[in-house]
Parts: sequence; C-alpha cells; structure tokens
Amino acid sequence: MRSRLWVLLLIFPLWLSLVPTAPAQSGGSIVVTFKDDVSTLDPAIGYDWQNWSIIKSIFDGLMDYAPGTTKLVPHLAESYSVSKDGRTYTFKLRKGVKFHNGREVVAQDFKYTLERVLNPKTQSPGAGFYGGIQGAEAFASGKAKEVSGIKVVDKYTLQITLTKPNAAFLHTMALNFAHVVPKEEVEKAGADFGHKPVGTGAFKLKEWVLGQRVVLVRNPDYFIKGRPLVDEIVFQVGVDPNVALLRLQRGEVDILGDGIPPARFVQIMQDPQWRKLVEVGDQLHTGYVTINTRMKPLSDVRVRRAMNMAIDKERIIRIINGRAIPAVQILPPLMTGYDKTYKGYPYDPAGAKKLLAEAGYPNGFSTVLYANNTDPNPRIAQAIQQDLAKIGIKVELKTLAQSTVIEAGGKGEAPLIWSGGMAWIADYPDPNDFYWPILSCASAAPGGWNWAWYCNKELEKLAEEADALVQPGQEAERAERFRKIFRAIMQDAPWIPIFHEKRYTMHSARVGGAKGIFVDPIHIPVHYDEVRVVK
Amino acid sequence: MGGLAVVVAVVVVALFAPYLAPFDPAAQFPDGLTPDGRPLPPGSRFLLGTDLLGRDLLSRMIYGARISLLVGVVANGAALAIGTGLGVLAGYFRGWIGILFMRFTDLMMAFPALILAIALAAILRPSLWIVALVICLVNWVWVARVIYSQTLSLSQKEFVEAARAVGASTSRVLLRHIFPHLWSTMLVWGTLGISTTVLFEASLSFLGVGVRPPTPSWGGIINESQSYFLDAPWLVAFPGVAILLTSLAFNLLGEGLRDAFDPRQVRNL
Amino acid sequence: MIRYLAGRFAQSCLVLFGVTLLTFFLLFILPADPARMIAGRSATIETVNRIRAELGLDRPVPLQYLQYVARLVRGDLGRSYAQKIEVRDLLLSRLAATAYLMVAGIGFELLLGIPAGVLAALRRGSTADRLIMVGAFAGVSAPQFAVGLLLLYVLAFRWGLFPLGGYGSFAHVILPAFTLGIAGGGWYARMIRSSLVDVLDQDYVRTARGKGLPRGKVVLKHALRNALLPIVSMVGLDIGTFMGGVVVVESVFGWPGIGQLAWQAIQIVDIPVIMGVVIVSALAIMAGNLLADLIYPFLDPRIRYE
Repeated sequence: MRSRLWVLLLIFPLWLSLVPTAPAQSGGSIVVTFKDDVSTLDPAIGYDWQNWSIIKSIFDGLMDYAPGTTKLVPHLAESYSVSKDGRTYTFKLRKGVKFHNGREVVAQDFKYTLERVLNPKTQSPGAGFYGGIQGAEAFASGKAKEVSGIKVVDKYTLQITLTKPNAAFLHTMALNFAHVVPKEEVEKAGADFGHKPVGTGAFKLKEWVLGQRVVLVRNPDYFIKGRPLVDEIVFQVGVDPNVALLRLQRGEVDILGDGIPPARFVQIMQDPQWRKLVEVGDQLHTGYVTINTRMKPLSDVRVRRAMNMAIDKERIIRIINGRAIPAVQILPPLMTGYDKTYKGYPYDPAGAKKLLAEAGYPNGFSTVLYANNTDPNPRIAQAIQQDLAKIGIKVELKTLAQSTVIEAGGKGEAPLIWSGGMAWIADYPDPNDFYWPILSCASAAPGGWNWAWYCNKELEKLAEEADALVQPGQEAERAERFRKIFRAIMQDAPWIPIFHEKRYTMHSARVGGAKGIFVDPIHIPVHYDEVRVVK
Repeated sequence: MGGLAVVVAVVVVALFAPYLAPFDPAAQFPDGLTPDGRPLPPGSRFLLGTDLLGRDLLSRMIYGARISLLVGVVANGAALAIGTGLGVLAGYFRGWIGILFMRFTDLMMAFPALILAIALAAILRPSLWIVALVICLVNWVWVARVIYSQTLSLSQKEFVEAARAVGASTSRVLLRHIFPHLWSTMLVWGTLGISTTVLFEASLSFLGVGVRPPTPSWGGIINESQSYFLDAPWLVAFPGVAILLTSLAFNLLGEGLRDAFDPRQVRNL
Repeated sequence: MIRYLAGRFAQSCLVLFGVTLLTFFLLFILPADPARMIAGRSATIETVNRIRAELGLDRPVPLQYLQYVARLVRGDLGRSYAQKIEVRDLLLSRLAATAYLMVAGIGFELLLGIPAGVLAALRRGSTADRLIMVGAFAGVSAPQFAVGLLLLYVLAFRWGLFPLGGYGSFAHVILPAFTLGIAGGGWYARMIRSSLVDVLDQDYVRTARGKGLPRGKVVLKHALRNALLPIVSMVGLDIGTFMGGVVVVESVFGWPGIGQLAWQAIQIVDIPVIMGVVIVSALAIMAGNLLADLIYPFLDPRIRYE
C-alpha cells in the first residue's frame, strides 16, 4: 500500500505540469517615452492625460471599463445595486484583493479614499465630482467630521447615498479619484505619497529617477489572474517626440507616449514598413472655438451662426495632415447622445455674409481670437482667422501661454477662444461631462471653464431631469434627451465645432495585444495592463 | 564695401516690401500645400517654397526683413550703447560705482526675462516696442561685463596714466584713449548680436509679446518650422541664411568703418 | 582677500534678495491662476477656491513674500504646486546633469572657438581668416533645435556613432555639448581674434619684436595673456547662463537639465519651482562672475582690487 502511495505522490507533480495553465504571460519589459516629466502618481491629485493611465495601472476602483471599450463594468466591486429612488448605491466588494503592502482591501478603505478626495487639504481637482454625495459639502467646508452619505455597512459592503439621482455616478466611481488608497501608507508618506504610490493595481512602482524615468514592475498578487502581461514598463521622460520616433525606428522604444510627431506624420503613414505599426482609433474629443455670448456683436445668434458657416473645416484638417474628422456638433462620435443624422451648419461663406448683413454688420466687425501657442494651434488659429476675414470679420490673434488663455477665458475677457491644446477630452464617456463643466449655467461664472458664458435655463432643467434617469433600461431614453439638448445648444451656436481628432498610436513590432488596446478611449496611449511582448 | 551693398539691399527690401513681394505674405493658398497638407519645396510659382500654412516663403521673408532690421539692428544697437556706456563708466571709475554696477548686472542677468515677457504681454498691448524694450533690458548685460573688464585693464595702462598726468579731462581720456580700443568688442557684439537678437525675438513673439500672427519675421518662421527641419529644410535654411548674411554684412561694414578711422593708422601718417 | 570675499558674499545676499523680490512680484502680476491650473477643467468654483486657500494664495502678496523668505533662510524652498514634492529635491535631481553639460558645453565652445580665433588673428586677411569668420557667424546664426536634430539624425540615427539622446555616459554628452559649442564658439572666435589683433598691434608688442624676440614666443607670452581677459569674462557669464538651463538643447537631446524643469514650471505657473530655479540661476551667475573677477589679476597684474 505504501509503495503505491509513494508512486502516486511522485507522479502527481509530473502530471500537474502537463496541464495547461492560464494564458501565458509574455513577460519582458517595454519602453514608453514622454516629453514631460510624470508629475504625480497620487490618484487623488494626478489629472493630466499622461499620468491618468499610469495611475490606472497602479490603482483600482469600484468600477472600470472593459479594455478597449467605453463599457462600464464592476471592478473591485463584485456587484452593485441601485435603490428605487435612484439615490442609494450598494456595492459588494470582491474578497481577497490586496494592496501592494499585503493588506486586504475592505469597505472602510473606500470611505477613507473618498473623504480624502473631498478634504480640501488634499487639494484634489476631483472633489467636485463627488459633491453630490450626501454630507460631502458639510465635510468639505469643515462643518462635519465625516461624510454622512458614505456608509460602511460591513467589512465588504459599502453604501453611498446621493442628494439627488445622477446617472453618471457610476462613471465617477470609475475615475482615478475614486481609486482606493491604503490609509497607513498615505499617512506614512504624507505629501510624498504621489512619488511613493501604493495601490492594488497590476503594477507596482519599482523606481523613480526624477527627470529621467519611472519604472513599474508586475504585481504578482494582482486580483485578475493572468494580468498584467508584461513584467516591467520603463517610462522614459524628457524625450522630444521627434527623437522618440527615431529611437522607435531603431528599436530602442516600444510605444510613443506623445504620439507621432506632426512633422513626420505623413512620411510614416505613407511608408508601408511603418504604417503597419500605427493603430488608428477615435477619441472622445472635440476641438472647437468658443464664442463669448455676452459680448456684442457676438451676442446676436445670427452672427454666431454666420461664423459657423464661414469656417472651411476640410482645409483645417488638411493643415493637420488629415488627423481628424470634421465636427458639426458638440459631442464626438463615440459618445452616447451623438446624433448621426444632425447636419449642423454647412460651409457657405456667401450665406454667412448674408446672415451677417441681416444682423446689421454688412461690413463685418473686429474681434480677438485667443489660442494656445503650442504647435499646431497657432496654425489652426491663423486658418480660422483667414476664413473669418473672408466674410469681413477682422480677427486679431493672440497666441499665448496656456495659463494666460485659460485665465482670459475664465474672466470672460476673451471674445473667441480656440480650444486646441486645452480641448475637451471627456473625463468619462457620458454626455453630461460635455454639458456641466463647459456649457451649463452653473459653470458660466468667473473661474469656470464655460468660456462661451452660455446659459440656457430651460436646457439646464432638461439636463438635470435627464441625469435623474438612473435605472437600468433608461439609457436609451436618456441618450435621446441629451441628443435633444445638444441639438438645441447648436441652434444657439455658442461654439464653432471644428473637428474630432483621431487617435494615432505608434508602437514597435515587438509589442502587441488584443484589438483596440492601443486606441483604448479611456487609457491613453495604451492600456498598460493589456499590452504584451509578442517577439 | 560688399558689406555696404548688402546692408543697403536689405534696407531697400524692407522699405519697399509691398512692391517687391510677389504675394500677400498672409495669404494661405489652398494649392500652397500638397494634398496631404505638407509645404511645397522651392518651385516655379513659389520661388522659395511655401510654409506650413501654404503661404509664399519669399514674400514672408521680404516683409520679415522689417522686423528683423528693427529688432536686430535698432534694439540690439540700443542695448549695445547702454551696455558699453555703463560698462566703461564702471570700469573707469571703479569704487562704489563699479561695485554697484556689477551687482546690478548680476541682478539683471539672474532676472527671468521670459517671465517678464509673459507678464508684459498680458498687461500691455503686444507690440514690437515691447520686444525692443525687453531686448534692451536683457541684452546689455553681457557686453557690459566684457567692456567693464577691458576698461579696468585699459584704464591702468601707461598711456592712460600719462594722459591723466598731463591733465586731460575725464571725457577726453575716455574718448581718445579708451574708446578706440573698445571698438572691436563693440563691433563683435553689434554684429553677432544681430543673429542672436533676431532669434530671441522669435521666442518673445512665441510667448505673445511681439509680433502677432500672421505678421512674419525671420526668427518667427524658423521657430514655427524647426521641428519640420528634416522634411522641409528650406523653411529653416532660407531665413537662417538671411540672418547670417545680414549680420555678416554689418560686420564687414563695421570693420570697414573701423579701418577707415583707426587711431593707429592716423598715428602712423 | 578674505575681506574681499566677505564683501562679495554680503553683496550676493543683497542681489539674491533683490532677484527673489522682483521675480515673486512679477509672478503675481502674471494673469494666470496656479490654483485653477491644478484644479483642472471639470473642477467646480468651490474646489478652485479651496485649493487656492490651501496654497496660501489668497493672502496678500507682501505677506506671502515674507513667508517665502522666512522659509528660504531655513533652507526650505517649499513644495511644487503640481508635483507636491519638495522643490529642493527637484532641483538636486537636475543639478548634476546641468553642471555636467555646462562644463562640457563651455569646453566645446573654447575648443572650437579659441584655436580658430587665434589662427584667424595670426593669418589676418587671408582666406582662412575669412572662412573662419563666416563659420563663426554661421554657427551663431544657426537655430539650436535644428542643429541638434540634424546632428542626431546624421550621427546617431543614420551612422550610429552616438546614442540617440539621453543621459548617462560620456558618449551622451558629446552631441549636446557640441551643439552648444557651435552656437557659442563663434563668439569666442570673434572675440579672441579681435582682441589678439588689437594686442599684436600695440606699441609694446612691436617694441618686443623689434628687440628680436621670435614671433611665436611673443604671441604666446604677452599677447595671448592680455587677449584672454574678455574671454574670461565670457566664460564667467557662460557658467551662469548654462547653469540656469539651456532648454532648447536639453529638449532635443533629452538631457535632464534644469532648463526643462523651468520651462514646464512656467507653463503651469508652478511658483515654488520657478522661484527655486531663479535662485539657483542667480547663485550660478554670481559664482561665475566672481570666478572671472578672481582670475583677472592673474592675466593683468595691473588690475587691483581695493
């Protein structure tokens, strides 16, 4: 009996090794280049498109998006439910998810994370997204010691109550600001947590040499088995995009973090050897000119409509080497609520002149256009300047540093602003992100980002009502309501939508991945968890 | 005298730009770009090629001569005058004046000119005069330091002490004995300075301080086309050569003038 | 000597005070709001106001300046608005690379400029002289970004002789320093040529030659030493300028110098970082000029300091 037992014990491990395991991780190391230094990896603070995706690979939140899509799915939450009145969300957490320091994640950690974001001391840019939680205002202004609307029901159950229903709430739970952080590590690192991040994500921080590189290494205990697919990512910073391209062509770099430099775009796309390394996709982006609706003569809707008809969008797109599609409306094609049938204002300079004359300006007028001074924005602004000159509007151009333009917009001093370099890429794939921060009455205040100072009280009410449609199954109705809202806004023409930029991600031949991860609309430039080394 | 000819040519071009330029420098031609949006190399219609918006480079360069002359010669010249004057005074009198002056130059050198430029651009109406002002405020320091060190050395030489012993007034000593030896330094800064000032103007205009688009300037054309150097080198090469020729021409002119009035040659007669 | 150095030290403190005062107030005149830059696009007005209060930006400007100086004398440069880490750490991380490029850059400037200028002066009026002078002007007129990109493309990309930018070994510093050398070498060539010509023409040199001293010895011993005076000034100035950052060269070659840090900070109005860079730059400028002042007496013994 014993000898047979021994034999079985000997054979068993051999047999195990023959059983195929989960999809093989490719291992290996990849190099990504960026021009600017990584500013911070603290999820409560990081808010530029460069560190956004890196933070997503070090931290996780209750909700997330299926890779390569804009489909919202539960992530650290195993499941969730919404109350009948749409104001209370109950999340059941996944068990056994560990922080990089080994401790298990519990519901209390999420309460701590959200309160940290709402705490003014943290200086989090995302505090505004969670102002709708009951008790958030009282907490932020110091009147309460905690946020009453966030309840830890038990170790693995979290309940959040809002003051009023918000259909985009689950999207805000997928934002980096809501990615969970361990209290003990935050307190230990203090203000340096952004450079010593500890999260639950697929990657851990291995090394950060200021001004040179950030190195991430695989988290062996990640709760999704089989992810990430590479062992290490090296982010090299301070690299000019033109030089980065040369290095990729020499095989030293795997992914161009800043994209293909405009100067070499056409050559790359026309050369079959390099063209096949470029993935093309859509972005949640619109480039537009804001028209200050409070300044004469721009306050006359006929003037604004005439300006919309005067711009030759195809020529502008040619100037940027065809990297976009013309925009006739506010929302980009990927967004729910995009109106496929809407034609917008046609390119009709003669008609524009007639409309201007009707409004009382047969000889045009003078105005000022502000633009960011980084390439290609001055060129686009000059093209717009020439188009408006053709219908008699003399535009003085001010190409200034980004901070100056933002200031002028927020103060209401700028008649026209070209949004390039500061354009709207959605925080989350929901139409209300294109409404509240930049077109609502609430944001038409000093310091706001609504540079058109557009305020339509009726539409505001409609938007609030649309946001209250939170129950599953009401998505189609909500999309239709927002379609109507944005169509009404275009009737008022507070903007001139110019184009929707497409995404062009260039990578080396040795990396690959599932379809769409190189043009993932949420993760820019790529979904780091999903990229693998293929050669 | 070739120097004089080129200088005169540049001035003429700048003055008569509207009559000489084949096209409107701000006109963006739809056929000035290839179908995929790239600029055209030099050809039969656009003699020097087109820029990134399909505008004629030759016309832009002709109009750009105005800015470059104003900035490179006038503004730089003013900075040169200020720097030389202050440097000579500090080097000759030394003492408290010298120390005060030297620390003042340290202050002005450490002062972040770019931030000053951005602040001015926002408060005042951007114009070429602000560019000239910033250039004067910033550029005089370098020549001042060099002139200072040379004046220090010169004012202790025998012939200066001899002149003072004889009772020559300060201004006479300065003019007849010190200045002639500074002329070569002034020449260097007056001519090489044209190049650096023209390129510096481009940075200032980039920040919104100086000329506003679509007004062309040589430095501005280079600035906006630098990344495209490998694919459209004519956009950097032609303005660069123009800057080079202009500063060289002023150099030849200046050397010619210096040789004509050289005190040593006068003494040899 | 000690008294002289002590005096210079005291003056430097005054200059530093002046620079920080001017820069601080200039930053507040700027029509830009750091709080709004941090808060980003979707922030509500309350969020922006709260961030502004946290950063202390809502207090009166003179009070903010006094608080800044109070921390400065303790060695505390504050924390970056955007990155939240200590400015001191940010500056230290860039210091070594900036200094390295400064030394190499000045080295190339002298290497390219001095021999060329001396040759031009000795063969005054010849074709070599004219060619060198045109070369000097060409180098100064050439835009640095284009030159750097061209060097990278030909020498690094095509021929693989050098790494494609970056930082680390001696090979990495050659191209960026060479680019700086091309841009600045022309100044040195022109200056040494003209001051050498001046010196060679002066009477005492003619007297020495008249006595029969061979030309080579005359040049090396007497003329060069005097002609180096303005060169020393220029090197002192260059030390200060380079330590303040050479953003164009750093950008093209990916060199982790202070210039890139300053440029990024100016874009987002990160006041503590900008102030930090200005202070480092001011210290370097004063150090460079002090060094030059200390060397003058060795070149011209008649220069004395009271």
